[in-house]
Amino acid sequence: MNNAKKLEVQIKDMSMRNPVMTASGTFGYGYDYEDFLSLENLGAIVVKATTLNKREGNPYPRMAETPSGMLNAVGLQNNGVEYFCNKIYPKLKDKKTNVIVNVSGSTIEEYVEVAKYINTLPNIPAIELNISCPNVKEGGMAFGTDPSMTQRVVSQVRKAYNKTLIVKLSPNVTNIVEIAQAAENAGADSLSLINTLLGMAVDSEKKTALLSTITGGLSGPAIKPVALRCVWQVAKQTKLPIIGIGGIMNTQDAIEFILVGATAVQVGTANFIHPSISEEIAKGIAEYVDRHNLNHITDIRGII
Amino acid sequence: MKYCKDFTVVSNEIITPSLFILRLQYPEALPEIKAGQFVEILVEGERDKDVFLRRPISFHDVNYETNQIALLVQVVGKGTASLSKAKKGDKLNLIFPLGNGFTIMGKKVLLVGGGCGAAPLLYLLRILKQQNIETHTLIGCKDVNHLFSKSEYQSLSSLYITTEDGSYGEKGFVTSHPILQQTYDAIYCCGPTPMLKAISKHAKEKNIPCFVSLEHSMACGIGVCLCCVVDTQQGNKRTCVTGPIFLSTDLKDF
Ligand SMILES: Cc1cc2nc3c(=O)[nH]c(=O)nc-3n(C[C@H](O)[C@H](O)[C@H](O)COP(=O)(O)OP(=O)(O)OC[C@H]3O[C@@H](n4cnc5c(N)ncnc54)[C@H](O)[C@@H]3O)c2cc1C
Ligand SMILES: Cc1cc2nc3c(=O)[nH]c(=O)nc-3n(C[C@H](O)[C@H](O)[C@H](O)COP(=O)(O)O)c2cc1C
Ligand code: FES
Repeated sequence: MNNAKKLEVQIKDMSMRNPVMTASGTFGYGYDYEDFLSLENLGAIVVKATTLNKREGNPYPRMAETPSGMLNAVGLQNNGVEYFCNKIYPKLKDKKTNVIVNVSGSTIEEYVEVAKYINTLPNIPAIELNISCPNVKEGGMAFGTDPSMTQRVVSQVRKAYNKTLIVKLSPNVTNIVEIAQAAENAGADSLSLINTLLGMAVDSEKKTALLSTITGGLSGPAIKPVALRCVWQVAKQTKLPIIGIGGIMNTQDAIEFILVGATAVQVGTANFIHPSISEEIAKGIAEYVDRHNLNHITDIRGII
Repeated sequence: MKYCKDFTVVSNEIITPSLFILRLQYPEALPEIKAGQFVEILVEGERDKDVFLRRPISFHDVNYETNQIALLVQVVGKGTASLSKAKKGDKLNLIFPLGNGFTIMGKKVLLVGGGCGAAPLLYLLRILKQQNIETHTLIGCKDVNHLFSKSEYQSLSSLYITTEDGSYGEKGFVTSHPILQQTYDAIYCCGPTPMLKAISKHAKEKNIPCFVSLEHSMACGIGVCLCCVVDTQQGNKRTCVTGPIFLSTDLKDF
């Protein structure tokens, strides 16, 4: 098989030239990274969370560094879906990669409205439904921690959206398989996991929490073992293509997710530290495929 | 255009046990750098496995002839402690130049710096000098041992100094120095937040535009994470892109 083709993967109707995507909230709108890499070398980019109306997000401080990771409490700051369609989409529509919009909301109606807007944009092949944000008071994670809520929001969005529908899962649950199956039954085309883990950090000298919201979302290498476990469990018990996320810093990490069942991966926090890392991981996977004499990257998918 | 490249350490000058100046060599011609802009420096690998994110540090000085830059760093935690051990020949990876930089304006301006927050003022003075703008520089520090780059400041500007213990210059804080009573076309201020606020208040009363440099904690430094926001009259703005230099009257808390 032609070498380039060995990395091509499919998420329902969306074809990607390689399995490497960038995670929502860590890659801006993609063009912010063009000084450091070529977007066309990535399988897809997922842009920041988009809600119906403009949101200011949470007060500063929103970030705390933790061992092998960080906490964030951004809280879905964005300019709303109309701004996205009118101001940002024109800058993205001719990029030579798949651009996926991360859709968030506080109510089922809000998710549906945003999905309807995005459905009208011809060059957006997929949305990622964020039912797992730990940093907002209403909605967000609530939809991703109760299977009946998951079922309701996904089935309503499914009716309003006819392209590839990815549902992003939260690790902050007792049984992630139950949520995954609820999303599958409601018509999701793919599952991406994991979003951040709910955590907190404290300053013992100042005797205060480090985040304005006290709790926030943990990301980075610290969460990789949890993410691998979640992907492995979900891959074994659903038929949908899985996108693995959580603490991917290099090629080995990405391969680990594929071995436990992921069809593609998303690189998140690592983008802050090594701005060209997603492109380097895509190259690294190509080298791995050669070194292990694979016919296709999916040969090793889910073998654990 | 932003770059992500390795610099080589030329020297690491220890000023006090907790303050040092790193001089770094760039392997090519430096791109244009504005005073007040900063770098995101990678502190990792052999040097320190516990430091996860990059650390933002301002340009203290820039020399286009030698393609060297200087960073003035205060040790406050594990990242800066690890950087303080950098030695000649080490490679350091930097993303740069980041942020907006100072707006250059007026004919006569005042620069106010407190502690190591004064870092960006040296390069600012060089730029102001090139534009023939008259400058007064007021530096406040703990004691005479914490005074750095004094002769360089003096060669570029009229220098006024306050020390908390009176070991050099006027005793006390910058905010009570008589030079503040003069009139200026603009004030440029870097240092701890209480000082920024006090100088901004003074500038507002005298109707002088005051530019302050904020040191918010940052995860990316390149505008994508939204962790560094500051509350402005126009809503939340990213300190790393819209700032770190803000007109004080644009900031809500100032
Ligand atoms: C745009 C910008 C320019 C800067 N320029 C300089 C400079 O030229 N020279 C310099 O020495 N420092 C500068 N800083 C501050 C510097 O980035 C921090 O001191 C550094 O990141 C601390 O890292 P650490 O690992 O040593 O400390 P940590 O272990 O991360 O923290 C130790 C302690 O320092 C405090 N701290 C951490 N970050 C900051 C911060 N940004 N501001 C105030 N307190 C903080 C923490 O709350 C904690 O109590 C700048 C910051 C910004 C945002
Ligand atoms: C600063 C920051 C902002 C984020 N914003 C979003 C978001 O808007 N929507 C979303 O679905 N996930 C968001 N995430 C979660 C990431 O997309 C990703 O799921 C998570 O960080 C785990 O991957 P990582 O360890 O590789 O970073 C954000 C993460 C960070 C660190
Ligand atoms: S530090 Fe990431 S947006 Fe400013």
